[in-house]
Amino acid sequence: MVARGVIHFGSRPTIRAAAVAAGPTEKKKSPFSHQFDRLYDSDLCGQKTNEQAHRQLIEDVCDLALNKAGKTISDADYLVCGDLVNEMTPSNFAAASTGLPYVGLFSACATSTSALSYAALLTEAGAASLVLAGAASHHSAIERQFRYPVEYGFQKPQNAQWTVTAAGIAAITPHEPGYPSIVQATVGRVVDYGLTDPLNMGAAMAPAAFDTFRRHLEAAGREPEDYDVIITGDLGAIGTELFRKMATEAGYTVEGERWRDAGKEYYGGDPAFFSGASGAGCSAAIYFSDVYNRIMDGEYKRALLMATGALLSPLSFQQGESIPCTCHAVELVMGEGENG
Amino acid sequence: MTASFLIAFVVGGLICVIGQLLFDVAKLSPGHTLCLLVVSGAVLDGFGLYEPLIDFAGAGATIPITSFGNSLTHGALQEAEKHGIVGVITGMFEVTSSGISAAILFGFIASLLFRSKGRP
Amino acid sequence: MDRQAYSQLEQQITPKAPLGLNLLKAFVTGGFICVIGQAIMYFYMYFFDFTERTAGNPTVATMIFIAMLLTGFGKYKRIAQFGGAGSAVPVTGFGNAMISAAIEHRTEGYVLGVGGNMFKLAGSVIVFGVFSAFVVALIKTILVKFGVVGW
Repeated sequence: MVARGVIHFGSRPTIRAAAVAAGPTEKKKSPFSHQFDRLYDSDLCGQKTNEQAHRQLIEDVCDLALNKAGKTISDADYLVCGDLVNEMTPSNFAAASTGLPYVGLFSACATSTSALSYAALLTEAGAASLVLAGAASHHSAIERQFRYPVEYGFQKPQNAQWTVTAAGIAAITPHEPGYPSIVQATVGRVVDYGLTDPLNMGAAMAPAAFDTFRRHLEAAGREPEDYDVIITGDLGAIGTELFRKMATEAGYTVEGERWRDAGKEYYGGDPAFFSGASGAGCSAAIYFSDVYNRIMDGEYKRALLMATGALLSPLSFQQGESIPCTCHAVELVMGEGENG
Repeated sequence: MTASFLIAFVVGGLICVIGQLLFDVAKLSPGHTLCLLVVSGAVLDGFGLYEPLIDFAGAGATIPITSFGNSLTHGALQEAEKHGIVGVITGMFEVTSSGISAAILFGFIASLLFRSKGRP
Repeated sequence: MDRQAYSQLEQQITPKAPLGLNLLKAFVTGGFICVIGQAIMYFYMYFFDFTERTAGNPTVATMIFIAMLLTGFGKYKRIAQFGGAGSAVPVTGFGNAMISAAIEHRTEGYVLGVGGNMFKLAGSVIVFGVFSAFVVALIKTILVKFGVVGW
């Protein structure tokens, strides 16, 4: 019996390498910046517009990931990525310049893991020997689209989150020993608890995170203790607390270092960023730097990545609609022998 | 003169407090809040109440956006007094064009000079 | 956890805006901006040929000029984060709304970007100001015609 929306990867595709490029705010404020592969001193990344800078981030991080994997662009078969700009033009342009067969994925801020599972499927199907998969966001390009002009003065509440300028790409290959393997993915359902505040996205996304979390664990037949890390995407401080409350109420033991949230940690809890970071690049940046490195160092043997996404648009919000949310989970395992 | 500064501070501050209450208690967006304040200014002038406030508080009453609504009504009424109903439509910007023309002018100049910076 | 229980939990956990503090900050910020306005007004009255009535126009224009500099150098959003309505309600906030939109949309060109988007945020204030002024003035004019009230 196959659980709905749950994919087991018998061939255990591996993440051969992963890379992150980020902007100047990250360089100054993120405690993870030393793990990022390239940091820009300017929001524009040497381009004329924020949107071009966004595309530049994606192009650069593709090159970086290929370099780290010891491959070139001609070895790659697909590019699978997405961002938050209308119609995902930064990803589209980046795909054009790589010349790779390209699938643009929109799962809002959950794109990092939906791209990973899509890449794993391509690999599992034998259709690819190397897939570049990831997600990106650019603060100024996203803010002006979803909220206000960047220089517009309005008082953000404590529960607001800060869209990051970062891109993360992973290079997925058929199974190779010594690298983290993707053993299971759970495709998120769209969960809508009727929340409407676009400045409190963590709270809107927490139920989606919990839904995917429970489905993933049930399908895997595991407990939270079986994982060395369970890291959500960009719930932020408030969303994380809500997610943990939901998990606790459902009978899971929520304690210890293994429960993490990329958005909450991204800027080291600096109150200038309110509840934490968000954006498609947020989870990608942490998963493809800190988490990946810790897996490679042997600190994490089994990791559950659960990127969350709020699937709203400025239009849907202004028309008074609630915020539909999703969460895609990917389980990574390091080491051989044990089944996934 | 010191007193006039103090009055401007208190009256201007209080109008902003009303705005903050609309933000935090009524949960209105900045756009809705400002529209409501402009409409309030326009209505207050209909009752002839805003001009006395300006006489009392000076910049404390002319700087908040409520003053914009007041000036629009005021211009309309002035013209209506001279030309009847038609003046209601034609007179609105008689008194208050400086805010809008300055904002357009400086907005355009700013777009020539500045770029937005995505920093906290 | 069902939607209702979650909604209650969400209300509990989401931090409330610190109302007292926010009101105080709005009061101080707004008051301070009006004091600057008052000073500029006196400047125009003493150094130029303006009266208390007519000094308002150049004052507003000067305040918006200051708002342009603060917006362009990225300071206005910081003032707004501190002052809330204290910086949004004064005419400088109106200026900031137009100027920030103009700066933001410069990449789409001066006609479609700057020209087309300048009123994106501030436009509604003008629309509602004009419409409400029209209604108020119309009612009052009619009332005066029927002798109910005087000018």
